[in-house]
Amino acid sequence: MTSRLPPDPETVSQTAGPFVHIGLVPHAAGADHTLVALGAEIAGPEATGKRIVVTGRVTDGLGAPVREAVIEIWQADANGIYPSPEDPRRAGADPACRGFGRVATDPKDGHFRFETVKPGPVPGRHARPQAPHLNLWLVARGVNVGLATRMYFADEVEANATDPVLGLVDPPERAETLLARPDGDGRYAFDIHLQGERETVFLDA
Amino acid sequence: MSGSDGELFARDRRRHPPALTPDYKSTVARAPRWPLLSIEGSLSETTGPVFTAADLGPLDADLLRNHGDRGDPIGERIVLHGQVRDQNGRPLPDALVEIWQANAGGRYRHAKDGHLAPLDPHFGGGGRCLTDASGRYAFRTVKPGAYPFRNHGNSWRMAHVHFSLFGTGFAQRLVTQMYFEGDPLREQDPIALTIPDASALDRLFAPLDLDAAVPLDCLAYRFDIVLRGRRQTPFENRPEGL
Repeated sequence: MTSRLPPDPETVSQTAGPFVHIGLVPHAAGADHTLVALGAEIAGPEATGKRIVVTGRVTDGLGAPVREAVIEIWQADANGIYPSPEDPRRAGADPACRGFGRVATDPKDGHFRFETVKPGPVPGRHARPQAPHLNLWLVARGVNVGLATRMYFADEVEANATDPVLGLVDPPERAETLLARPDGDGRYAFDIHLQGERETVFLDA
Repeated sequence: MSGSDGELFARDRRRHPPALTPDYKSTVARAPRWPLLSIEGSLSETTGPVFTAADLGPLDADLLRNHGDRGDPIGERIVLHGQVRDQNGRPLPDALVEIWQANAGGRYRHAKDGHLAPLDPHFGGGGRCLTDASGRYAFRTVKPGAYPFRNHGNSWRMAHVHFSLFGTGFAQRLVTQMYFEGDPLREQDPIALTIPDASALDRLFAPLDLDAAVPLDCLAYRFDIVLRGRRQTPFENRPEGL
């Protein structure tokens, strides 16, 4: 064993299991749950920016729908500012953009849908801008450690070309799995494949 | 950056369960096969959502009262409490802690749970709270029952409570499960056994905490949680202009 600092190891993960809704998306567990859902509105009607609707499906390695996944969304506002004290520009954040959302996949077919505003580009390290993106985190039965990924916008060709994360994907063709396809009227399609030929790129950040 | 100082320590994935653990069968078709893409932290990872008391209801942390007609659920009444801190030992105030669990008979109030044990009209099984200024949290609930699940022929989940945690950065996000000291099902629970390191699993077992028990009312168990810490270096390597 090598010695290591800091002294405290992180508490280890365990799967969220199939009944995760009771804790995180109560109404999806059954109509008699009364805890109010958190993350129901990512950006209020007053939020500035272009409104978008994202729809997609979560599938496993056999292409079967993952019917009991919960996806969390964390994003910057239309100006690329995160509503968090860890963002030094927070004073300028849009008060109508909470930036956080939660959705459960459909128990019949694994589909999900959420509405928000399109985020602006976010500063990265060494003053290198990051293309507009949503940070996503997924848990489900059979997922031992929550899976982090990002959703970028396929129509941001120029910004995507210099994005530091997209540029790291190897082989580069897999970066396609991080691009949401525009479908007109602010609608975007973004599927998440946990495994298989089109497996989504998941991140260790 | 206020309060904390930037990037998160790398997650030590050798302590966490690997994605693919075939003895827990549900991972076989769901575990990603490609390695995770390692990226350097940016604002997208070091920032995270903020929750306040306005997000919560007054009974959210009291699972003995927060469902149905507020009557008493059946089961062993317990207090679950502990501290949330980071790897540097710093308490994390205002951290959102969410829990969910089966009732005393091992049945979840969930449309998809078909276990024989009955629902309890007085128990929902969900709760949440924010940690106080010293990172402490507390719930009142009943001790959940063990239950069977379809994994191998005679597989059981030992009694457990699911925990979900937010730190100040979204990349600190964690879900885990808390177990009860001395549970005899430990060595055959396929989900607990996804953790490769027995000492890491030990830390998910909450000891009985008699000093925190409420005499003539509730027993108590203590579960402390450690989230990823933030780097503090004499030579900052932070984005220019921030």
